[in-house]
Amino acid sequence: MAEATVTGAERIEAAFGAAGEEGRAALMPYMMAGFPDRDSSLAVAAAYADSGADLIELGVPFSDPLADGPTIHAAATAALEAGATLATALEVCRSVAERVPVVFMVYANMVLAHGGAAEFARIAAAAGAAGAIVPDLPLGEAEDVREAFTAAGLALVPLVAPTTPAPRRAEICAVAKGFVYVVSTVGTTGERRELPAELAELVAATKAEAEVPVAVGFGIGTPDQAAEVGRLADGVIVGSRLVRAAAEAEGPGAAADAVAEFLSETRVALAG
Amino acid sequence: MSAVEERFGPYGGRYVPETLIAALDELTAAWVEARSDEAFMARMDLLRRDFIGRPTPLYLAERLSERAGRRVYLKREDLNHTGAHKINNAVGQALLAERMGKRRVIAETGAGQHGVATATACALLGLECVVYMGTEDIRRQAPNVERMRLLGAEVAPVEAGARTLKEAVSAAIRDWVANVASTHYVIGSAVGPAPFPALVRDLQRVIGEEARDQALKAEGELPARVIACVGGGSNAIGIFSPFVDDEAVELIGVEAAGEGLDTPRHGASLGAGVTGVLHGSLSSIIADEEGQILEAHSVSAGLDYPGSGPEHAHLRDTGRARYESVTDEQALAAFAELARLEGIIPALESSHAIAWLLENGGGESFDVLCLSGRGDKDMAEVVERTGG
Repeated sequence: MAEATVTGAERIEAAFGAAGEEGRAALMPYMMAGFPDRDSSLAVAAAYADSGADLIELGVPFSDPLADGPTIHAAATAALEAGATLATALEVCRSVAERVPVVFMVYANMVLAHGGAAEFARIAAAAGAAGAIVPDLPLGEAEDVREAFTAAGLALVPLVAPTTPAPRRAEICAVAKGFVYVVSTVGTTGERRELPAELAELVAATKAEAEVPVAVGFGIGTPDQAAEVGRLADGVIVGSRLVRAAAEAEGPGAAADAVAEFLSETRVALAG
Repeated sequence: MSAVEERFGPYGGRYVPETLIAALDELTAAWVEARSDEAFMARMDLLRRDFIGRPTPLYLAERLSERAGRRVYLKREDLNHTGAHKINNAVGQALLAERMGKRRVIAETGAGQHGVATATACALLGLECVVYMGTEDIRRQAPNVERMRLLGAEVAPVEAGARTLKEAVSAAIRDWVANVASTHYVIGSAVGPAPFPALVRDLQRVIGEEARDQALKAEGELPARVIACVGGGSNAIGIFSPFVDDEAVELIGVEAAGEGLDTPRHGASLGAGVTGVLHGSLSSIIADEEGQILEAHSVSAGLDYPGSGPEHAHLRDTGRARYESVTDEQALAAFAELARLEGIIPALESSHAIAWLLENGGGESFDVLCLSGRGDKDMAEVVERTGG
């Protein structure tokens, strides 16, 4: 990851591009660093890279994750109890970053606590991260952080929600780096039985406004849902479903097998 | 009328998921419109007078004054309907919810005072009400849980973390993220994403406006010091606000030192905190080096919160207000002392302000101290701690 000429944003866009050339949406599984423990999370990251992940969204455990539903909140709490820190997330990142672009999901207070945006970006980029999603840093709060991240070669990926007014959505798209993360439903992360009918319209509008790829997350918990979203968007993010699989497995090997099976099925569904 | 500030110096802002931004914009616009709408404000004034019981008295506490060695006036927020200043904010925000057409209201509560106040305001206006409360607080505050249910509110138990106020706020914010179109979140203190810190300050400012007029009437001059306890800081910002431009008046916020500032068990986020983001705003918070939010501790549930409002952090930095702290033990002693001296059982929160006064008395001039609530709710806790 030393070649400073390739930015994180470029690596992210290349990963979406490669999936697009295969005629499918990119698959971006989420995982929580240090959950259920350090070794299992390293095994899960390796399994993601082996089983068809085009990018990896890597959650940094935080005590008060406001954008997350019960599954990921509980995983963060368990990871912290097991001793996870930012260092754990950086270690997981380093272990796969040469194979798959890694995008951190990290709350604003952790960026602040680790020296602020410029220092955090330096640390994350040194571990090979390509980008970061800061779910509690909306447009209006993000400008300085985006600049500092960009200077370090780290893409600040913004979110668009179903409640975002159209003019604001256009502003978000105009400054997006790496990709735009479309939140599928009004709510926190977590599996949903059905995705909202308005999603197609939201994704289409976002794609029309963004020069970077558009990926959808929140609520996608089955290969069929992933395939449905994959027909609309450039990328599909699966989170809580995979965190649940890792939670239910006994030991690193079983966790890796469980997530690998789900990812393989999802890749088949996306290609279909 | 002051602006609906988004920032107080560097503090404040909106560190929340994108999903909520439109609702925060809507709330800001609704408040700007409502506060210059004469009919709306007339209705608020009427409810303040006839429902809440305002103005509350400014009471010259003679035996307390004698004990402190200087004249002390208590601003009697404990005489409000539901027994604390929380109702000022709850009624105002419930009126705003009604005005915005949001028939479902959510709130968080620690000790239950804000939950009871919100349930009361919702009963008054016929709004659906859900109050998030940590299961540990539900256990400690059973009578308030029963009050909320009697008032028609649903009490939603929160199991996460230490099962207290911080987790209840997080759960309420998550509910709001999921139900933002139909729901208004009545946050209980001058914290949270903009416009909440300014909105709650505006709704609590009535405490300071009344106190300033009453002090001038009683003494012909302004007090030397205005003293209030600070958890999230809504009673303090409410009483401080009209005095901020009176530069000779010292503003003193008293935080919970819990078991001592040299231990991890305290709630002094302004006196012993770090700059950080909690529940949607940048302020002074209690967090570790990794950025994880820590549990606060105080004998008083209302001060048991690891953050304070962003305007307080700014008043601290500019030197306009100063923030002191007293321990659980000092607060418990002050609780008993005021009861015996004045026949007033203060809330454990307000007891912190009394305790600081008792240690910092003497002199010719006079003070105004915000007695933010009554202490009946704290009897069980005090008996358990002190053996009665």
